[in-house]
Amino acid sequence: MRTRKLSRWFLFSESSFVYLFLYAPIVILVIYSFNSSRYAIWEGFSWKWYEILLKDQLILRSLKNTLIVALTATIASTVVGTIAALGMQRFEFRGKGVLDGLFYLPVIIPEIVMAASLVIFFGFIRFKLGLATVILAHIAFCISYVIIVVRARLEGFDRTLEEASMDLGANELQTFFRVTLPVIAPGIISGALLAFTISIDDYIITSFVAGVGSTTLPLQIYSMVKTKVTPEINAISTLLLIPTILLIVISDRLQREEK
Amino acid sequence: MSEALIRVFQRFPSLRPYALIFLALAILTVFFFFPLLIMLVYSFAQKGTYGLIKPIDDLGQYLTSFEWLSNYVRSFEPIYLEIYARSLWMAVITTLLCLVIGYPIAYYISLKVKPSWKNTLLTLVVVPFWTSFLIRTYAWIVILRSEGLINHGLIALGWIDAPIETLLYSEFAVMLGLVYGELPFMILPLYASIEKLDTALLEAASDLGANAFWTFVKVTIPATLPGILAGVILVFIPTIGAFITPDLLGGAKSILVGNLVQNQFMIARDKPFGSAICFGLAAFVLVLLFFYARYSTRKEKAIFV
Repeated sequence: MRTRKLSRWFLFSESSFVYLFLYAPIVILVIYSFNSSRYAIWEGFSWKWYEILLKDQLILRSLKNTLIVALTATIASTVVGTIAALGMQRFEFRGKGVLDGLFYLPVIIPEIVMAASLVIFFGFIRFKLGLATVILAHIAFCISYVIIVVRARLEGFDRTLEEASMDLGANELQTFFRVTLPVIAPGIISGALLAFTISIDDYIITSFVAGVGSTTLPLQIYSMVKTKVTPEINAISTLLLIPTILLIVISDRLQREEK
Repeated sequence: MSEALIRVFQRFPSLRPYALIFLALAILTVFFFFPLLIMLVYSFAQKGTYGLIKPIDDLGQYLTSFEWLSNYVRSFEPIYLEIYARSLWMAVITTLLCLVIGYPIAYYISLKVKPSWKNTLLTLVVVPFWTSFLIRTYAWIVILRSEGLINHGLIALGWIDAPIETLLYSEFAVMLGLVYGELPFMILPLYASIEKLDTALLEAASDLGANAFWTFVKVTIPATLPGILAGVILVFIPTIGAFITPDLLGGAKSILVGNLVQNQFMIARDKPFGSAICFGLAAFVLVLLFFYARYSTRKEKAIFV
């Protein structure tokens, strides 16, 4: 009995340490974004890094680019990925096993390999690097993630709902838009959220295929971090946590509704 | 238009799945498979000027002289072998650390807390995944740098006189950053696997006289092996190709394969050599996955038989 108590105590404290390890750096970042000193010593509360940030034209432009890329890539990859997921989940057909593997490859292959091959490819077809190449690359790597997430959600889909709709006289398109789509919507939204998160955060592929004037926020932050650590980055990081928290709340709600 | 399409698919139902998959496959073919193919061709070429490849005058001579293999031969030079060895070492240690740190918490969440708490605790593990990887890595710079939190704290406590410079830009920092970034990917599959563990087995083992340690070694670990392997794969693969963490937290001495590739493309402008290294990396990862896939299907069969 004593060992059981001991192991329970160990598991509890180990888990607490892991949570501390996971969250402490993020919390420290938020706290320091309000530090009036640029060093680790606390010298009083200040909004000044946020003020500097909001006047920084480079940051604002890269934020705009990031949003353009992420929104376009999310919409395109979600539509294309969802349709493909339906095809993969609903039917048995020749070559399905091979396709299964092919759709997984972009997730499995190290990102740096995909980044390198894309920059060679755009050079090969003489396509000028810019915002367009970033968007195309993001669409390409987000599709696989959308397919995986949407397929996972489709697994629990009750096909009798569709049969009922058809029996009641709806055609296939009506059935799809009135029955299937609303039911699988939470899965599609989580796929879209994943695509959005991955796109907005991507550094490696973007850094290879971005041209002049198509700097995104991760690229901007990266070059700032490489040159010197400024509390301005703490401020951007803190602001970027807000949409993250919103996304988590939304996806949590969706999961609850599904149950 | 849509009516006509519906009629076509009603006539040829076997076309339906292909029609649905077509667009995704087309995009991936153009922007994923085709680029990989071009990169494969590039890996057999030679570096030219302005980051281009050198034109080949005499293809027959090029092929017979085995010049086309030179990038692959070069990739086995000692300085590069050292980088692969370091990448492998970092990936192995990171994976082991994630496993050792992740197993107890996965065990705790799946078996020791009230069911109503499980989802919340699990979500808390996943939240960092939704947070920008770049920002999470940057946070460690704030903590570890010489004007950072740890050094200032230690100086304030009077434990050290001058900041420890080696906290940041060291292998230690890279490993810390990698474990921090990948830990959620270890905990999730472990949780899924331990959750399915039949606790009657644990009781049986202890009834038969096994103590807690032997029950864990002989029953719990084998029963959760699929989760362990899935976690190992999920952590090991991104780590071996890691780029951001070694670049930001490591010094010049902690270059890993990912940084080597980036240097070839962005600084040395030797795309053919960079391509050859990429293919080596991709091949290594695919071989690992092949063995993993073989193991996991055999395991599933074993459960059903």
